[in-house]
Amino acid sequence: MRAPRSFTVFVGLYLLFLYAPVMLLPIFAFNDSAVIAFPLKGFTFGWFAGLANESTLFVALKNSLIVAVSSAVLSTCLGVLAARAAARYEFFGKKPIMSFLMLPLVLPEIIVGVSLLIVLVQLGLDLNVWTVILGHVLVCMPFSIAILLSAFNNMDRFLEEASLDLGATRRETFFRVILPLVMPGLMSSLLIGFTISLDEFIIAFFLTGTEPTLPVYIWSQLRFPSKLPGVMALGFIMLILSLVLLTAGEYFRNKSAALAAHENKQ
Amino acid sequence: MQNFPGLFSSMAMMFDRESRAGLKLVSTPFGFSLLLLAAPLLMMLLLSFWTQDYLVLDRTLTLDNYREIGSHPVYALLLKRSLTISLIVTLVTVLLAFPMAYYISFYGGKRKSLWLFLITIPFWTSYLLRIFLWKIILGYNGVLNSTLQGLSIIDEPLTFILYNANAVVIALAHAWAPFAILPIFVALEKIDRSLLEAARDLGDGAVRRFFRVTLPLAMPGIVAAALIIFIPTIGDYVTPKLVGGTDGLMIANMIQVQFSKANNAPLGAAIAVTAMIVVGLFALTFVLLNRRWLRRQA
Repeated sequence: MRAPRSFTVFVGLYLLFLYAPVMLLPIFAFNDSAVIAFPLKGFTFGWFAGLANESTLFVALKNSLIVAVSSAVLSTCLGVLAARAAARYEFFGKKPIMSFLMLPLVLPEIIVGVSLLIVLVQLGLDLNVWTVILGHVLVCMPFSIAILLSAFNNMDRFLEEASLDLGATRRETFFRVILPLVMPGLMSSLLIGFTISLDEFIIAFFLTGTEPTLPVYIWSQLRFPSKLPGVMALGFIMLILSLVLLTAGEYFRNKSAALAAHENKQ
Repeated sequence: MQNFPGLFSSMAMMFDRESRAGLKLVSTPFGFSLLLLAAPLLMMLLLSFWTQDYLVLDRTLTLDNYREIGSHPVYALLLKRSLTISLIVTLVTVLLAFPMAYYISFYGGKRKSLWLFLITIPFWTSYLLRIFLWKIILGYNGVLNSTLQGLSIIDEPLTFILYNANAVVIALAHAWAPFAILPIFVALEKIDRSLLEAARDLGDGAVRRFFRVTLPLAMPGIVAAALIIFIPTIGDYVTPKLVGGTDGLMIANMIQVQFSKANNAPLGAAIAVTAMIVVGLFALTFVLLNRRWLRRQA
C-alpha cells in the first residue's frame, strides 16, 4: 500500500525537524571557527585535538563511566528480581507494587533529584558519585523492568520445569537455565541503563556535589562561548559512541526475539 | 458477606508458597524504591511545612511556605505558564507524532523496526547539546533565519522564535517526540486490520472510519504519550533556561533556584509539592474525560 503524496511530504519534513539539531553537530565540530554560526570557515580537527588538554573533562568522563556502569548493573539486577517475580509468580499486591516501581517513568526528574537531595542533606551525608548512582538507578529501573519482563515472558517455562525435574536445584536452574535464556534481554537492559545514565543531567546536577558527571561538565562549559566548538566535538564523539552501543543493543534484542520465535516453533 | 470468599482467597494468597516466593523476589527492588523514592517524597512533603531562615532550619510545622506561594503572584504566574507550555507541548507533540506513527504502522511494510530506529537516533545525542543546538537554529543570525533570508522568503530575521515560550515549545516538542511516537505506534499496531475492512465494507468513508474505529482504538497509546510528556515537561528547567529567556522561565526554574542560590529548601519543597498536586489533578481530569469520551463512542 502506498501512502498519499502529501503524507510522504509531511513525514519527510518531520524527519528533517527531528534530525535538524543532530545534523549541525558534525558541521560545527569540524568547522574552523571559534564562533558557532554560519557561514562556515574551513575544515579542522583542531577542536578534537584541543579536548585532549581539558583535564577536567577526563575527570568528568571517569565519574560518568563509574556512574553509568554502576547504575546499569544495579538497575539490571533489581530489574531481574522484579521482572522475574512479575513474570513467574502471582503475589499479594502485585499490581500496586509493580506500578510503584514504574512510577519514576512519569515523575518529573527534578522531583526525584530534589527529594533525594533533601534526605541526603537531612542525614548529613556528602554528595558524590554514589548519590548520583542512587538517583540514576531509580530512573533506569522502569526501563530495565520493561525490557526484562518481556524477556522472562518470552521464555519457555517447560525448560525451567524440565531442569527441576531432572534434579537441578532452584539455584542451579536459575543460573544455568533461566539466566542464559534471558541473556539478550539482560544485555539490552544494561545498554539502555548505561545510555540513559550517561546522558542524565537534571538529577546529576542536584546530587553530584564536587564530582561532576559529563553532562554537568558540559553544562558548565556552555556558559563560555570560547569552549563551545570543543563541546560540539565532544558531543559528536558521544553521538558516535551511543550509536555503536545502541546498534549492539538492537542486535541483542533481535537475537532475543529470534531465540524466542525459534523456541516457540519447536 | 458476598466479599468474604474474595477476601478469604486473597488472605490465603498472602500466605501460600507461590505468593511468598514472588514477594521475596520483589522485596529488594520494592525496598529500594520505598527507601529512595517513597521516603524522600514524604520527607519533601514534611520539609515543605518547615521554614528556613538562611542557614537555620526551624522544624515547627507551619503553612508559611504555602501562604508565601499564595500571596506572591509570581508563583501562580510561573505555574500557569508552565501548565500552558506543557499543555501546548503535549498537544503539538502528539499531533505531529500521530501521523508519523500512523505512517510507520500502516505504510512501514517490512521496515518498521528500521523506521523506529531511524526515529530514535537523533535522541541519543546529549540532551543538553540538543537544546543548545536549537538556540543555534532559532537565533537572530541562526540557521533558520539565514536560510530563510538566503531564499528571500523573509527580509528581517524572525525574532519571535528565540528567548521566549515559543522556543521552549519547539525544543520540547522535539525532545519528547519519540516518547509520543513509540506508544502511539504500539497502539496502532494492536488494531485488528479486519475491523477497518469491516468498517469500509459497511459503508464508512475514510474520515468516518478514522474517527469511529482507528482513533478510539489508538486512544490508549495517545493517553500514554500525553501523560509521559505532560508530567515530566513541567519539571524541566534546562530548556527554559537555555532558550526561554525571561518570558519563558517555568516553575522548575523557581524550584531549582530555591535549592541553590536562594538556599530556601523548605520553600522549594512547597513549590514542588504544589506543582505536583496541580499537575496530578490535570492528569487525572484528562484521564477521566478521556474515559468518558471512549464510553460514549462505544
